[in-house]
Amino acid sequence: MTSKVSFLTQNFGKYDPHSIDSYLSIGGFRALRKAVTMDGEDIATLIAENKVKGRGGAEYDMGRKWSQARKVPGNNHIIICNADEGETTTFKDRPLIQNDPFNLIEAMIIAAYVMRATDGYIYMRAEYACFRPLLLNAIRECHRNGFLGKDILGIPGFNYEIHLYSGAGAYVCGEGTALIRSIEGKAGRPRMKPPFVKVSGAFARPTCLQNVESLSLVPHLLLDDKKVYQSYGVGDSVGTKMISVGGNVKHPGSFEIPFGTSVRDIIYGLAGGIQGDRQIRLIQFGGASGKVASADILDTPYTYQDLRAAGVMVGSGALCVVDERTSVIDFLRINQDFFSEESCGQCTPCREGNLHIKIILEKIKNGTATKRDIAVMEKIARVMSMSSLCGLGETAQNTLRSAIEVFPEVFEVGGAEA
Amino acid sequence: MLTEQSQEYPLSDELKSKIDDVLEAHDFDGTQIVGILLEVQELNEFHYVPEPVAYYVAYRLDMRVTNVFDILEFYSELSDKPRAKYPIQVCNSIACHVNRGDELGEILKDILHIDFGETTYDGRFTLEHITCFGACDRAPAVRINGHVYDHLDSREKIEHLLASLH
Repeated sequence: MTSKVSFLTQNFGKYDPHSIDSYLSIGGFRALRKAVTMDGEDIATLIAENKVKGRGGAEYDMGRKWSQARKVPGNNHIIICNADEGETTTFKDRPLIQNDPFNLIEAMIIAAYVMRATDGYIYMRAEYACFRPLLLNAIRECHRNGFLGKDILGIPGFNYEIHLYSGAGAYVCGEGTALIRSIEGKAGRPRMKPPFVKVSGAFARPTCLQNVESLSLVPHLLLDDKKVYQSYGVGDSVGTKMISVGGNVKHPGSFEIPFGTSVRDIIYGLAGGIQGDRQIRLIQFGGASGKVASADILDTPYTYQDLRAAGVMVGSGALCVVDERTSVIDFLRINQDFFSEESCGQCTPCREGNLHIKIILEKIKNGTATKRDIAVMEKIARVMSMSSLCGLGETAQNTLRSAIEVFPEVFEVGGAEA
Repeated sequence: MLTEQSQEYPLSDELKSKIDDVLEAHDFDGTQIVGILLEVQELNEFHYVPEPVAYYVAYRLDMRVTNVFDILEFYSELSDKPRAKYPIQVCNSIACHVNRGDELGEILKDILHIDFGETTYDGRFTLEHITCFGACDRAPAVRINGHVYDHLDSREKIEHLLASLH
């Protein structure tokens, strides 16, 4: 059964994304008008009741995040919308920006109301520069209609501006502290935590950082009186999720699915199956820093818990399907090239670790790796995850470490063909 | 400021005023330096930020020039060295790779007689590897001056694309 729903994507195609009047005509900004009659904490509670987890990949409880953020003292908080989706095979925020920019802006204004923010930043990857005019227009139109600027909706003291910033092709800038440095006009090198960004983020102001998809959900939840969202999903994985499917599938694309859809339905239903009806070699979940599984995972429901039990994670919502033409070791080499390129080089475990793992993977490919090489590689991968400065280094070897568990035969001496 | 390169590349009043326009569009806000440099880079036919331009931007923003160069060096979409008129960015991430992205690279190398990181003799094309640009559903694809050209799965399509760029 092919299951595709439209809760988060319900506005797609219903209005002209260039026109605020068009957005207003389908009930735009009703959620904001409702939000400002509520207590900020109640909005955070509403999000928590729907068990929304941050959609960027860290899976942190979003209601709790908002509740914690608004408790940080100060009246000049910052909201950052992370639109820097740089994980490979992840392009699920792209349709949200393209088809529903006003909903995203509305969500950021609601977030500002909840967290007493005075500035909002959208940090969008340079690769999506084609959407800049769309977002700039949306921001300008919101200004003109009194949804941004001073005394928003006539509420004295509700002042808020949204700024659009561009990345420039650095994957590491998806990491919170690196992203913040980039917004501050510096090279995006991550820093040590604490201080945590919720206390001291951009320009040393309290900052709440959320993914495009997480934010986009908020206006819909506020208007969801019939609790449609909660009717989707299984167990603790409530609602729907944007996913993007790529690789060797017939119809790659991004889809909104209810949690609990089986991986088989996603790959063979929504994405049309494997090109040339070949066999699946492996599936990588959650982008370049995600874990891999074999075809054994096909009947697992796509939920946070079930995927975790099967050894992978939802992460960014990406599924990269690789067919039998590519060997596990070739896949790992390409994935490793990505990290060797994208490591910022600031901390030793990540910089050196990625370099040496690349060398050893080449050796495995050429059949010259010894048992000792493979043991060293496993050790480096483990040390990197424990001692790197930021999330990039900590997760860079997720793929390799899970591949060692799922495909142990590849890592036996001379096993590169498997 | 008078380096060898800056003598070869004089800052005309026209260019200065174009740079000023970009700066003004960003409110002369130094925190927007990444976005500013991305736009300034496009003012140059060879899609890079020449040294004297970097100095000029730093001066106008009252920013340390080392910060400008740090940023040029850090972000892969920015360049302080001349590229071709049409830099061809080929994605070498996994989703493109398993969709014959490596073949695409080989065909481009063969047609243009250059390797990755090199520029054709006439300065028209540079071949660059880039990590995922979010067009995995349109693989194999290349990105040229911000435009994505997709489904390049045959030599004919690639030749046709190159011929269309003058």
